[in-house]
Amino acid sequence: MSNLQLAPLSNLPVLPVVVSLLFAVLLILGHGRLRYQRAVGAAGVLAALVADLILFTTVLREGPLVYRAGDWPAPYGILFVADRLNVLLVLVAGVVGAITFWFAVRSLDEARQRAFFYPLFHVQLAGVYGAFLTGDLFNLFVFYEVTLLASFVLLTLGGERFQLQEGLKYVIINTLSSAFFLVGVAILYRTLGTVNMADLAVKVASAPDQGWLLVIAVVFVVVFGLKAAIFPLYFWLPYSYPTAPTAIAGLFAALLSKVGIYSLFRVFTLIFVAQVSVTHHGLFLVLASFTMVLGVLGPVAQMDFKRILAFHIVSQIGYMLMGLGFYTPVALAGGIYHIVHNMVIKTGLFLTAGATEEVTGTSHLERMSGLLRSHPVLAAVFFMSGLSLAGMPPFSGFFSKLALMVGGLQAGGYLVVAISVAVSFLTLFSMIKIWRYVYWGPDRGERRLDARATSPLVWPAAALLLISVGMGLGASFVFDYSYATALELMDPARYVAAVLGPQAAAVLAHAGL
Amino acid sequence: MELLTSLVIGLLVGAGVYLLLQREVLRVVLGTMLISHATNLMLFISGGVKRGGPPIVGRGIPTAGGGLAYTDPLPQALILTAIVIGFASTAFVLVLAYKAIQSRGSDDMEDLRSVEEPHE
Repeated sequence: MSNLQLAPLSNLPVLPVVVSLLFAVLLILGHGRLRYQRAVGAAGVLAALVADLILFTTVLREGPLVYRAGDWPAPYGILFVADRLNVLLVLVAGVVGAITFWFAVRSLDEARQRAFFYPLFHVQLAGVYGAFLTGDLFNLFVFYEVTLLASFVLLTLGGERFQLQEGLKYVIINTLSSAFFLVGVAILYRTLGTVNMADLAVKVASAPDQGWLLVIAVVFVVVFGLKAAIFPLYFWLPYSYPTAPTAIAGLFAALLSKVGIYSLFRVFTLIFVAQVSVTHHGLFLVLASFTMVLGVLGPVAQMDFKRILAFHIVSQIGYMLMGLGFYTPVALAGGIYHIVHNMVIKTGLFLTAGATEEVTGTSHLERMSGLLRSHPVLAAVFFMSGLSLAGMPPFSGFFSKLALMVGGLQAGGYLVVAISVAVSFLTLFSMIKIWRYVYWGPDRGERRLDARATSPLVWPAAALLLISVGMGLGASFVFDYSYATALELMDPARYVAAVLGPQAAAVLAHAGL
Repeated sequence: MELLTSLVIGLLVGAGVYLLLQREVLRVVLGTMLISHATNLMLFISGGVKRGGPPIVGRGIPTAGGGLAYTDPLPQALILTAIVIGFASTAFVLVLAYKAIQSRGSDDMEDLRSVEEPHE
């Protein structure tokens, strides 16, 4: 019971958010000046990355950290809590954000770079960091809105016809989901009188009316499911993301849907765990199967490079939800591993698509051909990233899926595991389709950049691929970390003790019996 | 009072959903506004509505039981935040709708369907 203790107070958990917001302000002050924007923007991304690293190593060394705004005692004030799960995601978000930034500087047109792209990029990062690190449900809503407002503008930046058309739908759908979020918060507050996540965990466990709490839980499944794009709420994603410039679409692919799936992981391992057989084994596994299958079947008829990739975001979210659905340490560890893997490699694929689009001037598969001959490095990076997404060894995708499937088989979910294997093959099929059209075949079609001029655009994607290879070769490190994180998630008493103290954790443990 | 507020919330959501199902862009936007007003009201009554109780502990009105009646201040803080955020996103969505209507030359949602491919 030595780990059941109050976490030390620290300003660190709020540091990544503050750093990103600070640089966003600095960037707004110098708006329109391109060199200033790039230099300060790069400094901001790196400063946030350093903050993430410090936070990560500190939590690894000392266990969970808590920041209390204004030092209000735990269930009343605003809280930031850093534990193993969210510091990992914060760190990966920082790395992927920095690499996407690198790509954006090189690929985004100057008009967009001048028009508040850099400040918005930092606001987006701040929102994502905040959503990961907050320990309070209403604060999570606020950071969702910060993230969303930044994404609204980023998605429609430039004001092209398709951007406006898809952007409008994206905004309306997300405004509605925010309304649902507030409904969930209001009902929960009315029922239990708190919005602090640790306090909610204790009160939910000892609440008399579990049926009513199930209703509230489903409201949150809808809210987070819409952000994460799980079945049947995924329809908006494959059409909206690809309309943005690739650097922005890559950032969205890395961060936005992962915030949704992180929220599901957090809320459904900490708060709503009283009826695992209904929510996790029932609802989540069914939703995960449909998400995987429909996400992978969607792109069969599509001929747009980025839209195919966007459909695969949906399908991969299914795998993560499957890890949560089985709710065993191994499966959860696989889910966490898969989130990290996907943040890296999905962004890498988007950046590859962006580099390809810069070369050919189109993202339509039939108008491209033979890039393997003219741009071998670009083709090689896509090939390996595609294999990693499909789950081939030695890339990280293989090991995350392996962990998920082992966890699933141990839990006896044979059908879901079979579906996930089939979906992996279909993912490979999809990647081969892109490969065959774009990189294979005779060397024809437009070439705006030669191989040498393309290499600055390929490096960011290659860096992400390298991280994926590293996570594959060092799979035991990543898996050990994920497994320890999963064990921590399966034991909500530790989180509660870190925030509210050992007495509250004892109440939780007692209610659990 | 709570019953009345609940009825108003139901009315607002009903009207909002009706407007959401319309084809004109502006009506859809108005629908989202009504629904967000309804959720704000919902937050408002989530702490329980008390008549005349100030939201300050220890400054409330004496009750028959000997305690002091005071209103829960937290929902008021939450609703304030939600209103500000809702205002910002409404302002943005109105400008966006205006630009979208201008670029398509139509305010019919049917014309905004994702049928064409986004490349070129």
